[in-house]
Amino acid sequence: MTTMTTTEIPPLQLQDITLTSRLVVGTGKYPDYETMQNALDESGCSAVTVAVRRERLVDEQGRSILDFIDCDKYTILPNTAGCFTAEDAIRVAKLGRDILEQLDNAGSSWVKLEVLGDKTTLLPDPVGTLEACKELVADGFSVMCYSSDDPIMATRIRDAGATCVMPAGSPIGTGRGIANPCAIKLCIDLLKKPEHGGDPNFPVIVDAGVGTPSDVTIAMELGADGVLLNTGIAHAQNPVQMARAMRLACEAGYHGFRSGRIPRKLHATASSPWDGTIAGE
Amino acid sequence: MITVNGENVQIDAVPLSELLTQMNLGNQLCAVEVNKELIPHKERDAYVLQDGDAVEIVRLVGGG
Repeated sequence: MTTMTTTEIPPLQLQDITLTSRLVVGTGKYPDYETMQNALDESGCSAVTVAVRRERLVDEQGRSILDFIDCDKYTILPNTAGCFTAEDAIRVAKLGRDILEQLDNAGSSWVKLEVLGDKTTLLPDPVGTLEACKELVADGFSVMCYSSDDPIMATRIRDAGATCVMPAGSPIGTGRGIANPCAIKLCIDLLKKPEHGGDPNFPVIVDAGVGTPSDVTIAMELGADGVLLNTGIAHAQNPVQMARAMRLACEAGYHGFRSGRIPRKLHATASSPWDGTIAGE
Repeated sequence: MITVNGENVQIDAVPLSELLTQMNLGNQLCAVEVNKELIPHKERDAYVLQDGDAVEIVRLVGGG
């Protein structure tokens, strides 16, 4: 019997980026920048996502989100949210890279790729996603690729050169958690298990749909390397406290997955010994 | 005449960096594309705008 110290969680390595936390947190939809700043801090994350949007030519307060994100502390991952074609996603990725290069941030060669299919579901368009992924990889990007929970699509994205596949727990912003755990598990098996053609070191980060800390734990217990979430924290009644809960839930799931859970059984098995009981004598 | 983020702007043939200065964006962290092609930030001085150009200026905002 070996005694293991289980308090330390090793960082997740994504090529040149080291994630000291398994949570990646979005920066959208907070009540204000100060709350966002405190929530990011409480979440313990080391990477955050941002979006690329038209400059508001007149800004009443003149404040930028970058005034509230410590670029020395966080890796900034630009996304292509809002794009419905590969062409637009590639344009946005290049624009994001140009901004991050000016910041000299580690995220400058990275993109969180989203090519969406429609505005009602915000589910990814698999054809556009693959097309954009291939072009961005060829252009030197490290692509974190948002996907549905389709296991075959997950392998196609990996084969297209993505650095990381990010299957959706459920549609963006729904808070429905891990809608299909079996599908997520199949994504993880195909991408990470050698007997299924996978690589244990290939990163899988569950993205989207997280509503509550247990959703994060479930994703981690399924074997995900990390979880990306935004709305579940930003729209909570207390985003800062929820950020802390998400951090703890992520740690719980990480350890739970590696601890070897008991098998599910139909019949009960007593935890206390039958020998020596005085009941029924 | 050019367009900047969809709005008409009357401007002479000036370098892209000059346009940003005139719009008080010279010191702002942003990225620019002209006619759907990124103009890298290091090339803004060299790129001279032409009549009819469609300029997009973007920045980072909160997102998931």
